[in-house]
Amino acid sequence: MKILVCISHVPDTTSKINFTDGDSKFDTNGVQFVINPNDEFGLTRAMWFKEKQGASVDVVNVGGAETEPTLRKALAIGADSAIRVNTEATDGFSVAKQLAKVVNDGGYDLVIAGRESIDYNGAMVPGMLAGMTGANYVTNCIGLEVDGTTVKAVREIDGGKETVNTSLPLIIGGQKGLVEESDLRIPNMRGIMMARKKPLKVIEPIEASAETKSVSFEKPAPKGAVKLVDADNIDELVSLLHNEAKVI
Amino acid sequence: MSILVYTESENGKLKKAALEVVSYAKAVADQMGTSVTAVAVNADNVESLGNYGASKVLLVKDDSLKDFNAKKYATVVAEAAKNEAAKVVVVSSSADSKYLAPLLAVNLEAGYVSNVIAAPSNVEPFTVKRSAFTNKAFANVEITTDVKIVGLSNNSYGLVESGGNASVEDFSPSIPESGVSVESVDKATDKVSIADAEIVVSGGRGLKGPENWGMIEELADVLGAATACSKPVSDLGWRPHSEHVGQTGKPVASNLYIAVGISGAIQHLAGINSSKVKVVINTDAEAPFFKAADYGVVGDAFEVVPQLIEKLKAFKASNA
Repeated sequence: MKILVCISHVPDTTSKINFTDGDSKFDTNGVQFVINPNDEFGLTRAMWFKEKQGASVDVVNVGGAETEPTLRKALAIGADSAIRVNTEATDGFSVAKQLAKVVNDGGYDLVIAGRESIDYNGAMVPGMLAGMTGANYVTNCIGLEVDGTTVKAVREIDGGKETVNTSLPLIIGGQKGLVEESDLRIPNMRGIMMARKKPLKVIEPIEASAETKSVSFEKPAPKGAVKLVDADNIDELVSLLHNEAKVI
Repeated sequence: MSILVYTESENGKLKKAALEVVSYAKAVADQMGTSVTAVAVNADNVESLGNYGASKVLLVKDDSLKDFNAKKYATVVAEAAKNEAAKVVVVSSSADSKYLAPLLAVNLEAGYVSNVIAAPSNVEPFTVKRSAFTNKAFANVEITTDVKIVGLSNNSYGLVESGGNASVEDFSPSIPESGVSVESVDKATDKVSIADAEIVVSGGRGLKGPENWGMIEELADVLGAATACSKPVSDLGWRPHSEHVGQTGKPVASNLYIAVGISGAIQHLAGINSSKVKVVINTDAEAPFFKAADYGVVGDAFEVVPQLIEKLKAFKASNA
């Protein structure tokens, strides 16, 4: 089984979110970038398929050279090789278009992306990739078993989960639950050394114009201070929620 | 030309999110000088959508659509959009709508923007505001394609009754084969889900153990709320993962979020930040959640929550 894991290069959760160029660009100054958490669960599940079922695992990112350390980290975790499509990721559609080319050219059986990135939260790349390649598609995936070309997957739905039967080729939108957080791997020294020698192929993009354009960013208005209610005066809390906040 | 809106139902009953997306679509239609057509699958009482601004409903009744299937449903909505020559398609942010929207976008060659929180600031060029960076910022996004898809964030627009009437037409698009079929669904049918809830009551490690969740459930019952939990609680197996809210769990965009015994790690706050009003109950006055909350009680959950339940019951009784 040939697996491709899509890796998004995102600011670490604790990063300060600021914008530059007249609030038109994310300010990367002093920001540490990591593998998108939803992708990391998928990458770890892919490692399981590699170790238990002999799958090969490639990772891919659409982005500039600055994303290579993130791809190297995925190699250090255990992916076999990496591909970087050398273009700025502008919107979900154009990224999916670049990835569809990689998927078709590489003949991948299983593609695992995160259900969404934690920066733009678009939640659209895996679905668009499925639409473009015609592969089967399951998102919000919290369980994945492959036997030959037969697949059983579990999807988180509002208020519960559903189990579906499907088959390869398949695109997955992964998240926590695909593996548990305690299963995530921190690259060890040997992995890091080996990652330096693993292939990281840079390919030039195809023509794919964006369909949406972020024109400006803004931050939420600063929040007022919390209104504290005495633990012996819960009547006041009920009254505030009713009369002031008007939520009950 | 019209605005097409996909209205979701469950066991035939239209969801609240369906009424919200119709209300939103009506505002977009007014801005663009056109009308709203809704498409519904195996739903009852769809005439009621008229009250929220739909003038026409395309109703699909088809047993092969009994289970939600992203590919089949995306085709239904795409066919409806083509039928109506729709320029804008509006969907909700439910798990199912977020599943089908990207497929719909490819099918219609339409630009899609998710997590939209307000009516378009401009329709020419078509520009909407969405939340980004896990609720730490907003982005104003222009959709440049001829057909546009807007995914509306739940509870962001609200229900607006406009008192109109909708005509209902049968609609029978051809449904494609799908390589994904549902084997089983595991869902508590008697409980409101986090995505649909207007109020969410959430518990953290401060509750000390799964045996103490009775009061969280009771508080949720009194409020008609969904129950949720922090990441450590789901990691410890005290509560199912489907209740975990936060960056790697479910996002919450409720009107009221009550956090009990949750300290407020940045990953947790990221997931619940778009809730409108946040209440925290925690013994530790230094807990970071107090900086993010609107109302706070410094106190022992085991004393505060039973009191709150009692006071809320009294409040409900006197306002009934």
